Amino acid sequence: MSRPFQIDRRQLLASAGGAIAITATPLSAFAAQEDLERARAELFGDRPIQEGRVTLKLPPIAENGFSVPLDVSVDSPMTADDYVQRIAILSPRNPLPLIGVFHLTPHAGLAQVSTRIRMSGTQEIEAIAEMNDGSLFAGRMETVVTLAACVVL
Amino acid sequence: MANVRLAVPKTAQQDEIIEIKALLQHDMESGFRRGSRGEVIPRDIITRFECTYDGNIVFAADFQPAIAANPILTFHLRATTSGPIAFEWTDQNGTQWQDQADIEVI
Repeated sequence: MSRPFQIDRRQLLASAGGAIAITATPLSAFAAQEDLERARAELFGDRPIQEGRVTLKLPPIAENGFSVPLDVSVDSPMTADDYVQRIAILSPRNPLPLIGVFHLTPHAGLAQVSTRIRMSGTQEIEAIAEMNDGSLFAGRMETVVTLAACVVL
Repeated sequence: MANVRLAVPKTAQQDEIIEIKALLQHDMESGFRRGSRGEVIPRDIITRFECTYDGNIVFAADFQPAIAANPILTFHLRATTSGPIAFEWTDQNGTQWQDQADIEVI
């Protein structure tokens, strides 16, 4: 029997076990699939997303998730009548599903952007391109991350 | 404090597509890290980048904490007129950093 304000060994072990369980599941802090879908809906509404035209390049293995080179290019003539308006980079496993958004204009001439991103763990990064007529295209690339950002400090 | 590095070609042919690189030295503190005493280090990130050429914003980017420290961007422009290409970064508090590079279109 446990008396009030006193913790017996059994309770202590149980609570300690709970604390370990919480710290050992950092996945709870990560964006889940529904977060990704919510971010996608916030950006693009419920318009259909087609596969293709978007090429996403990431290293197959990243030793360090703090800085992973990312290159996204979209097959588009980039003329005043037909160009890429926006490219959104999304993550299914980072604490926040949205990584960044690039806004392009016909003046770019070429729909290709590179930057460096943080990745908290092995995951498939997604790039969605919005054309000027509102149509959406997606490309994906999976990267194995051996040292994740956010987890190891 | 902040240091900008740009790579912009000095000259270009008319309608040539040129590659631009722009880097700002910045920690991009994500707000998910913890300090030595377990306290969360507050978020401090660049949220917006804009590139202006010939009077128009020709490229812009919205950054989230998942953009790595010292954010670098490589993108392209069609060279149409000689003049400055201006770059502007804005952080979450509205602080801005600006720089520009001149290009001559032959």
